[in-house]
Amino acid sequence: MSRFREKILGAGPLSIVSSLISIVIGLLFGCALLFILKPAAAPHGIVSMLTAGFSAPEKFAKVLYQAAPLIMTGLSVGFAFKTGLFNIGASGQYTVGACLALICGIVLKMPWWAGLIASMIGGAVWGAFPGVLKAYFNVNEVITSIMFNWIGLFAVNLVLSNIPSVLANYYGAANADRTAALAAANKSAIIPNLGLDKVLNSNYMNISVFLAAILAIVMYIILNKTVFGYELKACGHNRNASIYAGINARRNIVLSMIISGALSGIAGGLYYLAGTGQYTIDKNLLQMGFNGIPVALLATSNPVGTIFTGMFISYIQVGGDAMQPEFAVENITVIVSVIIYLSAFALLMRNVISRPLLRRSGLKTAEEHEDDGRPSGGGLLPKSDSEGEVTGQ
Amino acid sequence: MNILGDLINSMIMFGVPLLLVALGGMFTERGGVINIALEGVMIIGGLAACLFLRAADLGGWGQSAPQLAMLLAILVAGAVGILFSLLLAFAAINLKADQVIGGTALNIFAPAFAIILTWAIQGQGQTTINLPKWLRIGRVVTENDGFLYRVLFKNFYLTTIVAVVLFILAIVVLYKTRFGLRLRSCGEHPSAADSVGINVYKMRYAGTAISGFLAGIGGLAFTVAAGSGFVATVAGYGFLALAVMIFGNWKPLNILGAALFFSLFKVVGSYASSIAFLPHFTGVSNSQYIYQMLPYVVTMVVLVFTSKKSRAPKSEGIPYDKGQR
Repeated sequence: MSRFREKILGAGPLSIVSSLISIVIGLLFGCALLFILKPAAAPHGIVSMLTAGFSAPEKFAKVLYQAAPLIMTGLSVGFAFKTGLFNIGASGQYTVGACLALICGIVLKMPWWAGLIASMIGGAVWGAFPGVLKAYFNVNEVITSIMFNWIGLFAVNLVLSNIPSVLANYYGAANADRTAALAAANKSAIIPNLGLDKVLNSNYMNISVFLAAILAIVMYIILNKTVFGYELKACGHNRNASIYAGINARRNIVLSMIISGALSGIAGGLYYLAGTGQYTIDKNLLQMGFNGIPVALLATSNPVGTIFTGMFISYIQVGGDAMQPEFAVENITVIVSVIIYLSAFALLMRNVISRPLLRRSGLKTAEEHEDDGRPSGGGLLPKSDSEGEVTGQ
Repeated sequence: MNILGDLINSMIMFGVPLLLVALGGMFTERGGVINIALEGVMIIGGLAACLFLRAADLGGWGQSAPQLAMLLAILVAGAVGILFSLLLAFAAINLKADQVIGGTALNIFAPAFAIILTWAIQGQGQTTINLPKWLRIGRVVTENDGFLYRVLFKNFYLTTIVAVVLFILAIVVLYKTRFGLRLRSCGEHPSAADSVGINVYKMRYAGTAISGFLAGIGGLAFTVAAGSGFVATVAGYGFLALAVMIFGNWKPLNILGAALFFSLFKVVGSYASSIAFLPHFTGVSNSQYIYQMLPYVVTMVVLVFTSKKSRAPKSEGIPYDKGQR
C-alpha cells in the first residue's frame, strides 16, 4: 500500500494533478468571463469551446495540425527551462525558422525534409545569440530573446519582401504581402500526409504531429538518459555546483539555447510547410512562440508531457475559433494566461495537495523530489543569476 | 529645422513612457522583485485611462475642464496599474512563485483582456478607443512658429509635466528617504534587512505597487504619444523600458539618459524618410523595417558593452523566505 502511495505521490503524478487543477480553474475563470460578457450566448459558447475539437473529424485534424508546432515550441521552452534559462524568444526563432524553410521550399525548390532542416538551422542560429550573450557577456537572456523576437520579425519581413520569387504574386496570386502557396510553387515542399488527409477528411492533416511526438521522445532521451542531458540539468539546478564538478557551464548554456532555438525553428517549418498557411508580412510578433510557454509549463518541462499539453492548448484554440463571432478568440488567450499564472506557483500547489496524504505516510514532499522539472526550488532562473557572473571556463 | 523640432518633440513624447516605466522597473527591482509584467501593466493602465477619458468625453464635462480630466485619467491609470501589479506581487511575494512566469502570464493576459473589454464596451470589432481632441496643451503648431515653440508644443500633454515631477520625486524617494533606503536593502540583502526589523514582504509589495503606478501612467503616456488612440498594445515599450533600466544601471539619472537615447533611435526610425542625411535604401522594398529594427539592435549592442559593469540588485528575482535566514 505504501508503495502504491509513493507512486501516486511521485513528482510525475503530482505535477499532472497540479496541472489539471490549473487547467480546471483557468477554464472555470473563462466560463465565468463568458457569462459576464454575454449571459445569453455563454452556454453555447462554453459548449463549443469545450467540444469543438472532437465535434468532427476535420476539426480534430485542425487540433493535430496546430498541435505539432505547439508541441515543438513547448519542447523548446521546456528544454531551456531544464537548463535554468527562460527562452521567451521562441517567437523570433520560430519566425526565422519559417523564413528559411519557405525560402528553401519556394525559391530553391527543395523537398520538405530539406526545408525542415533549414528551419532547424535558422532557429538554432537565432537561439545561439541569447545563449552566447548570456554565457559570455552576462546579458539576461530574457531581455535578449525579447529583443531578438523583434529583430527576427523585422529581418524576416525585410528578407522575404526583397525576394520576389518567394512572394505570392510571383505565382499569379494577387497579394504581395505574403509568401506563395506551396501547392502553386513547389508541391514536394509540402509535408506528406501518407493518406491521413483521407482518414480525417481534411487537408490540414499531415505527419507533422507524429514528427513532433518523435522529437519529444528524442528530447526525453537526451535529457534523461545521456551524460549531456545530465550536465544540462545540473547547470539548471545549481550552476556553481556544476562548475565545481567540472561541467563547462558556458558551453552548456550556449548549447541549450541552440537546441532550444532549433526546436522552435522546426516548429516554424512544420507550420508553414504544411501547405495550408502562408507567411504574412506583418509588424506583429507571431503568437505561436509565446503559446509554447503554457505548453511547457503545464508539462512541467517534461518532453513527453509536452505532447499532451500541446494537444490540449491546440484543442481549446480550436474551441476558441468555434466560439466566434459571439466571443472573441482572445477569451482563450485570457484562459491560457490564467493557467500560466496558476502554474507559476505550481510547486506550492503540489505541496498543498501532497501534504495531507504525506502526513500519514511520512513520505517526502514534492519540494524534496528531485526531478520535478524545476531547477532550484521553484525559481526558474538559477540562484546565481542575480550575481550574474558565470565563472569557470 | 522644422523637422529637427518635430524630431526632438517626438523624442520627448516617446521618452516619457520609457522613463516612467523604467523608473517603475527600478523600484521593483531595487526591492528585489523582477517585474517583467511592465508591458502588461502599461496596457491595463492605458486601457483604464482611455476608457475614463472616453467617458469624460461622452459625458461632456471633459471638454470644459480638459486638464482636470487628464489629471484624473493619469490617477486612474496609476491606480489600476497598482491593482494589476498586485497580482504579480501576490504570486511573487506571498506564494513565492516564479516571478518571470507570473509576469509573463500578466503580459499575455493584458492585451487579450483589453480587446475583450473594449469590444464589450464599444461593440464587436471596435478595437480602437479614440482619444478626445481636447487633451493637448497649447494650440496646434503652424508653419510660422519658432523652433523652441515647435519643440515644446508640437505635441504636449500633461503626462510630460507629470513625468518630470515623478522623476524628481523618484530620486528623492529612492535616495533621501528612510523608505528608499529600506527598499534598496530589501533588494540587496533581504535577510539582513529583516534582521534589523524591516518587513521585507511589505517593502517588496510597496516596490511592486510603485512600479504599477508608474507603468500604468506610462501606458497612458505611450498612448498619447502614439497619437492614434488605444489599440490594446504598447508595442513592446514595456520590454524596451526594462532594457532602458538595465542600461541605466538601476539609477534614476542614468535611466533618464538611457530613455532619451532609446526614444531618439525609435523616433529616427519613423522620421528616416524625411531626414536628408540618412540613407534611404532605395530599391529595397519595405525598407522601413531596417529602421524599425534599429532600436532593438542598438539595445543589444549597448547591453553587450555595459552589462559587464552593470550592478543589478543582488537579490532580485529570488523569493524571500523567512525560514531560509
